[in-house]
Amino acid sequence: MFDSPVVDERAEARRSFLLVFSCTVIGALAQILVKQGTSQLGGPHITLSQALGHPNLVARFCLGVITNLKLFIGYGMYGINTFLMALALKGRELSRLYPIIALTYVWVTILSLFVLPGEHLNFFRTAGIAFIVGGVSVLGMKK
Amino acid sequence: MHTPLSSIILVLFGSFIGSFGAVFLKMGAEHMNGSLARLLTNYWLATGVLLYLLSSVFYMMGVSQGQLTVLYPMVSLGYIWAILWARIFFKEPFTRAKIGGLVMIICGVALINLGNS
Repeated sequence: MFDSPVVDERAEARRSFLLVFSCTVIGALAQILVKQGTSQLGGPHITLSQALGHPNLVARFCLGVITNLKLFIGYGMYGINTFLMALALKGRELSRLYPIIALTYVWVTILSLFVLPGEHLNFFRTAGIAFIVGGVSVLGMKK
Repeated sequence: MHTPLSSIILVLFGSFIGSFGAVFLKMGAEHMNGSLARLLTNYWLATGVLLYLLSSVFYMMGVSQGQLTVLYPMVSLGYIWAILWARIFFKEPFTRAKIGGLVMIICGVALINLGNS
């Protein structure tokens, strides 16, 4: 009788774990779509200083963005993701789930290698991703 | 394929702007009381959303050229700003874990750039 709240708590923890885990996969898929979508846009290569100095270049880019299906779906998934994440995090501490959220970097890398053209890994890149995943995981630890 | 530095800079700039978006959203969340009228006139939230939109424009301009295996990890540098703004605007203290994590993230980003040259 006194056990039930503990079991509930555990079941809820598992539920939000699974939900956040799914979010990392959905988020990674969304990133791939966004990359594919922006690659389809074509147009000139814009640098930061050009973007800041020529608003018309940015406006033309944005016009391409809002008419691109992959970007629409990608950002739609991103929106759903944000909603699911908020659901999973309700009443929980975000920082404790950082190790799971950091998996997004792993999924994006793996999916990129399989789906996108011209992607490759080398020792430094792999090590870099490992460092980032480790670093993000560590951020939320107590002390 | 090589990822141009200009793409990396655009992605980093996007995540820098996005980190301010998070600050405004948190400010906005603190001004919420459950009423719809209050929500619709919550300029903190509106500014936060606008900054996020703006940051994604720079992100998209960045990833349109180059490799996602190089560019996506650059987003992680945004945690640096988030932790810095949390300290400045919300008095959230630096902890050993945060500093350790940040050092690892910076090393990771540096390694990826090394792997790109």
